[in-house]
Amino acid sequence: MSLDRADVEKIAHLARLEVEPDDMAAIAAELSNILELVEQMNAVDTEGVAPMAHPLHMVQRLRADEVTETNRREAFQAIAPQTEAGLYLVPKVIE
Amino acid sequence: MHTKNISELAAGLRAGEYSSVELTRHFLERIRRLDGGLNSFISVCEDAALAMARAADERLQRGGAGPLTGIPIAHKDIFCTQGLKTSCGSRMLDNFIAPYDATVVERLKRAGAVTLGKTNMDEFAMGSSNETSFYGPVRNPWDGDAVPGGSSGGSAAAVAARLTPAATGTDTGGSIRQPAALCGVTGLKPTYGRVSRYGMIAFASSLDQGGPMTASAADAALVLQAMAGFDERDSTSAEQPVPDYGAELEHDLTGLRIGLPREYFGEGLDAAVAESVEEAVGEYRRLGAEVVDISLPNTHLAVPAYYVVAPAECSSNLARFDGVRYGHRCEDPKNLEDLYKRSRAGGFGDEVKRRILIGTYALSAGYYDAYYLKAQRIRHLISDDFKHAFDRVDVIMGPTTPGTAFRIGERTDDPVSMYLSDIYTIAANLAGLPGISIPVAPVDGRPVGLQIIGNYFAEARLLNVAHKYQQVTDWHTKAPEGYL
Repeated sequence: MSLDRADVEKIAHLARLEVEPDDMAAIAAELSNILELVEQMNAVDTEGVAPMAHPLHMVQRLRADEVTETNRREAFQAIAPQTEAGLYLVPKVIE
Repeated sequence: MHTKNISELAAGLRAGEYSSVELTRHFLERIRRLDGGLNSFISVCEDAALAMARAADERLQRGGAGPLTGIPIAHKDIFCTQGLKTSCGSRMLDNFIAPYDATVVERLKRAGAVTLGKTNMDEFAMGSSNETSFYGPVRNPWDGDAVPGGSSGGSAAAVAARLTPAATGTDTGGSIRQPAALCGVTGLKPTYGRVSRYGMIAFASSLDQGGPMTASAADAALVLQAMAGFDERDSTSAEQPVPDYGAELEHDLTGLRIGLPREYFGEGLDAAVAESVEEAVGEYRRLGAEVVDISLPNTHLAVPAYYVVAPAECSSNLARFDGVRYGHRCEDPKNLEDLYKRSRAGGFGDEVKRRILIGTYALSAGYYDAYYLKAQRIRHLISDDFKHAFDRVDVIMGPTTPGTAFRIGERTDDPVSMYLSDIYTIAANLAGLPGISIPVAPVDGRPVGLQIIGNYFAEARLLNVAHKYQQVTDWHTKAPEGYL
């Protein structure tokens, strides 16, 4: 699969990554090369082979729905780019 | 002191030959004097280290000290360390002071190990040469023009240059074993789930695994002992008892069945590296092991499947870096989307962006079956290859890497050629198996690694097999010129 500019633009938007227009062509070429490597998978028939999500085939461990962590809001917000009154600040979302 | 192994250092501490403070100062002084040319550390925490050393000295006096009490260690900068910068080799986290300790860090602290600092690494552990780090490349102590391997390149170089007796690393596709091989140290990637991933910044969660990097297998056994075990804070942590790794080291190897996969000795393997590995296998024959040819027929599919699974999981894991709660935020965002896009574009380097884009594409509507699901099916085939092999053999041996350390800059323009440096290590991650790399005879002054892959939770066996070789050879005791 060879990707073009428009594909990269679309993927970059999905990934919320700003890509400079000048870099689009180079990125499209790099990603196409990687996909070429990846597509060696297509030479193998995997009909009837179960997908393996976990190396040890373990099931997800569950725990009781109880509060187990202490509230450390101040410590966590101390490293945030911008906070106010215990809230994380971002640009206005609703006009 | 830096030429002694961990047991000898621990004995010296107990005999009062030196204190942990003196030992710690010795390594801090070596880092100050020698790391300028290597760049193996991102941060050195002198004050915290000396405070930990003083506490260790008290514990050594008072009683209750363990085998790692007072022993200096360095952590890959992917492990969260409370109160210390944890950058993950990225501009994104250049301002990130971790608010908590990773389980691995917490356990090693509890064992009394002294944190010297945080080691350099490929950005978010994505790389095989340590060249993607925001903090610049690490140089291989054996040859300053060569890469140390990656992504745990700083840990490998620091141990090789004897700037620390031990370091932690993480391995998603070979990131402990490959740099261990290229720097001539011992590096163990445990079974998936053996070591807690809590507080270890996630790259590909179904593959990531932390492990020790040391000068010898006996030292790795001591460090793994402290790192391993069930952790309820990691949802994929294995509920398996941890054996006494030290007690298993000395088992005789008579009758050990070693499988040599023919796919690991084919095209692409450097002839001199092959010879060095075969010589090491010969040593095992002399130790009483039996060597059999085996096949892992789907080996050629490991790299392609990995470059779907790892980027897919990375694109999902790295979504958390959005410039809102921590890490890099762009200047003057116009709106929320602009804040996300420019914070991420400015915080991540090229290789990380490349993998996020590939992963996003592989998971996007219409492509999921063709890429991610296909890769997960192939993962099953690769895992079955190993299952069949372990019906016949106890361990699998081969080269850790197809060649010795390559030159800095040689592969940076060609991501695919860089990806192929991990051709022999990736399959163990896809299958979740443990693997160790130990130094064998070098080629033209550059280290060569022998990789030994074991069955699930066979870390004790791997350490035993590695240790017996190290008892009859001395490659692991060699340090590069200028660092002895």
